Amino acid sequence: MTQTSPRRRIRWSTVSDHTILTLGAILMMAPPLLAFISASHDAVTIHREGIQLGFGDQLGTNFRKAMFEKGGFTQTVDGTLMLINSLILGIGFAVGKIIISMMAAYAIVYFRLRFATLAFWMIFTTLLLPLEVRILPSYEAIQRLGLTNTYTGLIVPLIASATGTFFFRQFFMSVPEELAEAARIDGAGPVKFFIDILVPLSRTMIAAIFIIMFVFGWNQYLWPTLITTDESFFTLVRGIKQIVLSYTDAQIPEHGQALALAIIAMLPPVLIVVFFQNWFVKGLTESDK
Amino acid sequence: MAQVTLEQLRKVYPNGNEAVQTCSFQIPDGEFVVLVGPSGCGKSTLLRMIAGLEEISDGSLYIGDAVVNDVDPADRNIAMVFQNYALYPHMTVERNMGYGLRNRGIPKADIDAKVREAASMLNLTEYLDRRPSQLSGGQRQRVAMGRAIVRQPELFLFDEPLSNLDAKLRNQMRIEIKALQRRLGTTAVYVTHDQVEAMTMADRIIVLNEGRIEQIGTPSDVYNHPESTFVASFIGAPPMNLMPATVGADQAITLSDGTVLAGRAPEGAPGSVLVGVRPEDVLIGAGDIPFTIDIIEELGALRLLHGQLGGAPFSVSIGKDEQAQAGPSTIGLKPDALHIFDPQTQRRV
Repeated sequence: MTQTSPRRRIRWSTVSDHTILTLGAILMMAPPLLAFISASHDAVTIHREGIQLGFGDQLGTNFRKAMFEKGGFTQTVDGTLMLINSLILGIGFAVGKIIISMMAAYAIVYFRLRFATLAFWMIFTTLLLPLEVRILPSYEAIQRLGLTNTYTGLIVPLIASATGTFFFRQFFMSVPEELAEAARIDGAGPVKFFIDILVPLSRTMIAAIFIIMFVFGWNQYLWPTLITTDESFFTLVRGIKQIVLSYTDAQIPEHGQALALAIIAMLPPVLIVVFFQNWFVKGLTESDK
Repeated sequence: MAQVTLEQLRKVYPNGNEAVQTCSFQIPDGEFVVLVGPSGCGKSTLLRMIAGLEEISDGSLYIGDAVVNDVDPADRNIAMVFQNYALYPHMTVERNMGYGLRNRGIPKADIDAKVREAASMLNLTEYLDRRPSQLSGGQRQRVAMGRAIVRQPELFLFDEPLSNLDAKLRNQMRIEIKALQRRLGTTAVYVTHDQVEAMTMADRIIVLNEGRIEQIGTPSDVYNHPESTFVASFIGAPPMNLMPATVGADQAITLSDGTVLAGRAPEGAPGSVLVGVRPEDVLIGAGDIPFTIDIIEELGALRLLHGQLGGAPFSVSIGKDEQAQAGPSTIGLKPDALHIFDPQTQRRV
């Protein structure tokens, strides 16, 4: 009897934990699931009856059309192109941010610069100036440089990252100073030390920042909308609305295809998180420094 | 191989703190020199100046015949072993040891051969594919040593390399390092705060205090003829007993409680002096100096007796076969046991 009462208490807390987790999971999963189910119906059904709860017979058709049927005003873009554009933006954005912020943090932490602290805090305060605040001057600059409707114009203005710089700075400051000194004596110059020692040491940090930044870049909506007018540069996130859900020729918008595309648009960030999660855990458990 | 010469070397930090006061000395080729002193005495700064990791404020540093003040650490042909080993965590033992060679563009086959040779010298052959995190403290220490010796430098620099090891391993590594240095014949500068390491490893000891060199000498010099009260109390365990005393007309030495010590102060000694006696230079139960034993510390091989003499704490070290009980007793001094210091300058008279 003395043993059952604490055991029962533990069981109750387990039950309540699981209830909360299950409810949370259902809450999180329901919208994508409903979108997936509804994507199996034709546009007319969805337009007339709204979100569907049972599977229809249009799933394959909708996915195929969404990915491979040319659409939009110019009839030149399909889902595949938009997916590629999104990947370019997401990866370019994440990789660019990692490179720039690592180099900035390297300069701030390892070199005796004048006003290094001031420089760092200036970078840090740009957190107060997100894209939305500086969107007009940014647009003006890109437009004058003739970079509208280019991948460069899409990616480069967004890759300076105060968050990334901050994370890498904190990480570099935790790396023992002797490591840099040992490398110096071993004949590794600043570039070699960075590439041979610091980058491999930071790989878990890089993975973490890659996850955050890829998802952030993937979900960019405002900036791509502004900077690209050419439909062949459209990304998935905006393409759903502008390519598939457009009311052209008095037709009903392709709701089924839009939902299919939404599912596809959700996949890469999920896969990235799932894939890098292993790295994440490995890096956290393996004390390497 | 090379000799190292420091000429009027000095280090002042931008905030005005003089970490190393002007000092000059020479380390002959192949010598093992230990810089010893309490923390903050400037010994590490001095070592780092030799390594090139710290800028030299004044003076010249020669390695061999060349002034190396402005030479990059990589080009000084030195190798350094750090207190925390500073191994590259993501590289295997093999790559850790070969990294310096790879950066110097040495052919891969040569690197392999040198790394294997060093590894076998240090009993690391079976660990070549491991990461530092998979090694014990002593093995990491060996890898750090290996990284230093594969390059066949002219000069080894050790910055408290044993202080992260447990006592047993420290004794073992102490001998290994010394033997290795003997075998390779490479000049070595070794920094430590542990006087036992200094005494056991050094060909010559440099005792530092507050950025100043107190004494340079062989271990027996430093032990037998400490030049200052600082050296007297820093070298030797337990430290030397120091008591205020007065020097009489016939150079006789009288403690403040009136005890007259056998032995004469040298000519030119001031009227009041500090008398130093090593605990191991005292004979218990012999002689005629009254001494009350308060506490006995049993160390196995020896016993430490603590009491008071001449108004100052006084300890006596006796062998395990000698007898002693707490309470009144008498002591005598071995011949030449007295060290006389000037209380003003703290220097030996």
